[in-house]
Amino acid sequence: MPDYKFRVNGGPVTVDSWDPDQPLLYVLRNTLGLHGAKFGCGLGQCGACTVLLDGKAVRSCLTPVKQAAGHAVTTLEGLGTPEKPDVVQAAFIAEQAAQCGYCTNGMIMTAKALLRQTPHPTLDQVKQGLGGNLCRCGTHTRILNAVMRVSKA
Amino acid sequence: MESITSFSRRSLLKQAGGALIVSFAWGVSPRALAQTAVAAAPGKPVDPTEVDSYLAIHADGSVTIYTSKVDVGTGLATAFRQTAAEELGIPVERFSVVEGDTALVPDHGGTGGSSGIPRGAADIRKVAATAHLALLDLGAKQLNRPASELTIEGGEVIHASGQKITVAALVAGKRLNLKVNPNAPLKSIAAYTVVGKPILRTDVPLKCTARHPYLQDFTLPGMLHGRVVRPPTVGAKLLSIDESSIRAIPDVRVVRIESFLGVVSKDEWAVVRAAKEIKATWSDWQGLPGSEGLEAFLRQAPTQSDKTIADKGDVNAALSTAQKQLTATYYWPFQSHASLGPSCAVADVRDSGTTVWSSSQNPYGLRANLAKVFGIPQEKARVVYLDGSGSYGTNGADDAAADALLLSRAVGSPVRVQWMRQDEHGWDPKGPAQLHQLRGAVDASGNILAWETQMWLPDGPQGTRALAGPESAGIAQSHGQGAGLMTLNLDPPYPVPNLRVVSHHLKDTPLRLSNLRAPGKLANVFAIESFTDELAAAASMDPVVFRLRGLNDARATDVIKRVTGMMDWQTRPSPNPAPGEGNVRIGRGISYVRYKQAENYVAIVVEVAVDRTTGIITVRRVTCAHDCGLVVNPDGLRNQVEGNIMQTLSRTLHEEVKFDRSRVTTVDWSSYPLLRFPEAPIVQVSLIDRPDQIAFGAGEAASSPVPAAVANAVFDATGVRLRTVPFTAERVKAALAKA
Repeated sequence: MPDYKFRVNGGPVTVDSWDPDQPLLYVLRNTLGLHGAKFGCGLGQCGACTVLLDGKAVRSCLTPVKQAAGHAVTTLEGLGTPEKPDVVQAAFIAEQAAQCGYCTNGMIMTAKALLRQTPHPTLDQVKQGLGGNLCRCGTHTRILNAVMRVSKA
Repeated sequence: MESITSFSRRSLLKQAGGALIVSFAWGVSPRALAQTAVAAAPGKPVDPTEVDSYLAIHADGSVTIYTSKVDVGTGLATAFRQTAAEELGIPVERFSVVEGDTALVPDHGGTGGSSGIPRGAADIRKVAATAHLALLDLGAKQLNRPASELTIEGGEVIHASGQKITVAALVAGKRLNLKVNPNAPLKSIAAYTVVGKPILRTDVPLKCTARHPYLQDFTLPGMLHGRVVRPPTVGAKLLSIDESSIRAIPDVRVVRIESFLGVVSKDEWAVVRAAKEIKATWSDWQGLPGSEGLEAFLRQAPTQSDKTIADKGDVNAALSTAQKQLTATYYWPFQSHASLGPSCAVADVRDSGTTVWSSSQNPYGLRANLAKVFGIPQEKARVVYLDGSGSYGTNGADDAAADALLLSRAVGSPVRVQWMRQDEHGWDPKGPAQLHQLRGAVDASGNILAWETQMWLPDGPQGTRALAGPESAGIAQSHGQGAGLMTLNLDPPYPVPNLRVVSHHLKDTPLRLSNLRAPGKLANVFAIESFTDELAAAASMDPVVFRLRGLNDARATDVIKRVTGMMDWQTRPSPNPAPGEGNVRIGRGISYVRYKQAENYVAIVVEVAVDRTTGIITVRRVTCAHDCGLVVNPDGLRNQVEGNIMQTLSRTLHEEVKFDRSRVTTVDWSSYPLLRFPEAPIVQVSLIDRPDQIAFGAGEAASSPVPAAVANAVFDATGVRLRTVPFTAERVKAALAKA
């Protein structure tokens, strides 16, 4: 089985996969035990599986492991901890911007990429930036408030 | 027929990344350990009449609450912590909650119907009050003071002299051995310091940092992954399978039980691919009426019962004398729970007993059903709840549990099943379609003279819902079609001298039914509050004035006055005489409910902009005034109310389960779209706290006025009445063209 080498949350990893097209999502969750990214649709339609690939938000359910090789992957675990959350995570916590939280990974990772490119987005830019992420509990207002909290900081 | 084929097994994954990988394995939280311990705390009682079943005061001063009610992201667990902390006098930070483990928690009901607060928290309060009394007695003995001179604060039993002892030292980790005393004196609400405060949820920081123990993340040693290949049509039989079609995928076992077809492997991606690629031949089946034209089907299909809910005066006579009689038909489609994460379960079937990890909202109910369907003695079956994706009723969670059990039993290992997207959209039991026909009239002064509601809905036998996997596997089970209390809020909340309300229950349903948030009430209030607006317009009256005249309950008029103040409501009839120039027309609409005719008071005003060229409705602003009695946690409540509003906007504007003669055809997020961020309006919620009134739940109430508020606003903006949900752009465009 071929090996794939890439970086995850700052450290080097080597994984093997019987299928070079195995989505990164399954490698992260099952091989590496990183459960931040969630399976939502497997179709790239909901955003629950979002991770950063070289700083850009990608859908790990549609990213073949071979495509991650040689690149740097960041997952929700790589941002911060409950004791020391990253600035976006801290904003989500401060706004209590979650209900079931199944979409939260995608919201935070997509916001992270957006804020990296546009540090002080307008509300409209945030809405557009999160336009491909679905939330079923209806926590939209709080998620927008959380990202705007970072934007205004 | 049961057959299992094993493909040659070989190691799939080499040890990857060495020691580095170990650093990725995060510690499991104490809560997860409590929830997942394979051996239950020995001898812990679960008898719902025992205090120790609900409450454990530990030697370190921490306290665990045990409950069959589950949080699913609603904040219910936080409300329980506050309720118990308040009554006991122990700081809220010391409380944690174990939910829905049938080996550890008492059965005081499942979670649904907004009962978590009025029943669940009320139970916890009685338990805590009983324990409070017992702690005072223990303190009295220890301090040698009369119990009447003692109080409990900050986790300490205190005497005015300064003598004190900690609760932890008094209990010393032992059980209280007490019956729950339903008459135990309760703390005066005037003295509350914890209930009513926006205590933060402990799960949010974990969810935001990937540390929350979701069911979907749960693993067991030796656990295999499973996927179920659901039939291509609702009633298809499996004729044959060609296992060579997946020979290229390593290490997959095929499980076939009659028409139940599953694949199992150590490797999740292998079963995802195998389930997709396996060639199977199924029988043809066409037994659905199709969602196109379902309105007519609902009117024509045979009924099993017609229920008269209200009948007074003489509706026909009154209508015949009225100057103008209004008739309108409203339609609500089948909708899906559409959980963001597809349903999941892990089952471990052993001779010694069967354990199922599930996000079911009713773990005891699931245990009873699994035990019955699979012939397992109740005492040898255990269901352990873990948080999953939000479910808003009975989604596919119970079915996934049965799938995992079938597969684990077949292969003799623990099996985790997660449904794929098309499984959840296609096979979760659905919230039923409803058709409402209304007739009514107003007199010359604008009073409602007569009102008739007739409602048709798919229905079926009472009893436990059938599970999808066992159905395919040919296992005998009951086929109940319960969808919740579907006929509440069918009559108007305004005085009507001549009133008739009837519900027509069909013998059958095209799709399997279950409870979906605010079951029945959502469509009923849509019809009732839209038709109220039609009557107000017929009387050329302002919709708020029209409503207020008929309401003499101060809590009802308070929410309406509060919400209209928030939106700066201008008193005038609809439609809007100045809706704006050009293609975009602006309007406002109001809707009011007393939920279940007995619980929360909610009024909502919506402002919309309707683009006449595209038919797109933009909801600009939503204001809501909400009175659920005593507020336990204002921030948790606000989160629920906001969620109700946003989710119901999605259901109103976008959501319809479509099906042809054979199958559900809306099986992904493009065919079953949800509201997206660019559409998110400004939402403002005003909470009216009434500490002297019973605390009701808030998981549903605020959803029910939303659809009519939108429809009424669209009418105000355009003069066009939308009576069919969802209000898609095409539908709005067609309605505008006809006007």
